[in-house]
Amino acid sequence: MGGLFDKAVFRLVGDRGVIVEYGDAISPEINIKVRTMATAINEEKPAGIVEVVPTYRSLLIVYDPMATDLKSLEDALQFLESRLDQLEIPPPRTVEIPVSYGGDLGPDIEFVAQAHNLTVEDVIRIHTGALYQIYMIGFTPGFPFLGGLPEELHTPRLETPRPLVPAGSVGIANNQTGVYPIDSPGGWRLIGRTPLSLFNPSKENPFLYRAGDMIKFVRISEEEYRRILSEGKP
Amino acid sequence: MEVFKVLEPGPFTTIQDSGRYGYQQFGIPISGALDMFSYQAANMLVGNGEDAAGLEITFMGPRLEALSDALLAVTGATVPVSVNDQPQAMWTAFRVARGDVINIRATSKGVRAYLAVAGGLMVPRVMGSCSTYTAGKIGGLDGRPLTKGDTLRGRSADSLNRIVSLPEDFKPHFHTEVNLRALPGPQDDYFDSGLKVLFSSEFTVTSKADRMGYRLEGPMIELKEGVPRSIISEPSLSGAVQIPPDGEPIILLVEQTASGYAKIATIVTADLDIVAQARPGDKVRFERVDLNTAYQLHRDYRWRLNRLKEAIRG
Repeated sequence: MGGLFDKAVFRLVGDRGVIVEYGDAISPEINIKVRTMATAINEEKPAGIVEVVPTYRSLLIVYDPMATDLKSLEDALQFLESRLDQLEIPPPRTVEIPVSYGGDLGPDIEFVAQAHNLTVEDVIRIHTGALYQIYMIGFTPGFPFLGGLPEELHTPRLETPRPLVPAGSVGIANNQTGVYPIDSPGGWRLIGRTPLSLFNPSKENPFLYRAGDMIKFVRISEEEYRRILSEGKP
Repeated sequence: MEVFKVLEPGPFTTIQDSGRYGYQQFGIPISGALDMFSYQAANMLVGNGEDAAGLEITFMGPRLEALSDALLAVTGATVPVSVNDQPQAMWTAFRVARGDVINIRATSKGVRAYLAVAGGLMVPRVMGSCSTYTAGKIGGLDGRPLTKGDTLRGRSADSLNRIVSLPEDFKPHFHTEVNLRALPGPQDDYFDSGLKVLFSSEFTVTSKADRMGYRLEGPMIELKEGVPRSIISEPSLSGAVQIPPDGEPIILLVEQTASGYAKIATIVTADLDIVAQARPGDKVRFERVDLNTAYQLHRDYRWRLNRLKEAIRG
């Protein structure tokens, strides 16, 4: 695995997209570069850009080929890159997500504990003790791909995915942890559930976080889970 | 205003518009009508703006009861349309009166037909769009296809008396053997002989074909030696040709989100309507073009839409 590229690599995505790659690994250093360039583009808004999607180590830029072309975009991005030191990147926000661990809400937590010779309490302490960076959002609306899961908790996926994982479920898959914003099929080991609605399409801003933000899981009791859940309902 | 009661929904009929932009960073794919030319033509025929919400019909249409007088048009895949059992031509605007029953049957050529109603269908905009994204359960009717008994609402139209037809030379033709022009990339450097296989072979559309993507069957496309078997997950755009480990290409479409396999090529925007209408069993070939050719094809496509708009306006 390498690191940050000296020079961004442009990959053609047909006639209205380009992937600009800043490195070939999952690392905070590369992701900061991605976030910095995304901020610069969103502030300067070079002509013809329709949307900018940050990923682990690249940006997908969607453009209107009637308004710009690849050469102009390359020039615009090079110009932005030359002035990055003049740009102030807002510090990442930390979003707290309350989670009730174990029991029916986290049916796989004992498996995770046993796999590492830990107690359930250890798993909760380690999982809530870390700060996770959101590298990218995708797979389902609002699903955060998080970096920073402590190695002691790395656990393989289920051999057979569950046909339905309830919204709010917090899980572990290999070196990743994440939370399911909507009911969906899934093969992650479920250790708890949040009562928060992570994706609420009827709201002006349907999402609690964006790529680049940090997530902190905070332990709550099952009773508190029920209380927050019922308050969230109209 | 209530415009239709759904008597029969058809197997997969959804409300779509021109798509939901700006939310891919949150994992929301663009969605929208798959055959953009037919969708826009339907709107133009009934005097709507380009973004008005209409129905996308898949393989077989719905049976609808008109709940108010309306001006309609059906475009896209070739499909029998009738009003109170009287045949009605496609690609032309037509009036229906309250109580009329509109029946749209099975498509014979192509897959997707579009029904536009003057004024446009009215559903809440979700993140700026009325398009249904069923996997995310958003847009359209609570994020789902039409079901029996639904009532569809619409906006009132300026006029129901504008009966226009599409000029004959604008009508698309649907073929069972299609040529798709494509640009190598974004991960063409993961392949060597695979590129040659892609651009010189015939592939068959399988039945695993929906708004997320089309699985093709054909000669295996292999990654070159020494490259990783997967890539770090990234989002895709409609038209990307992904090569999963089994080596059989998947054309990714408007409801695809992040994925971790290399994409060997991307179909030009101007040819995506052809993909939307390809049926299982149809034969597909890929033709390599360069970026400037793709830009020119895109300009030609937009020019054609503009010329159509002028022709219909009269």
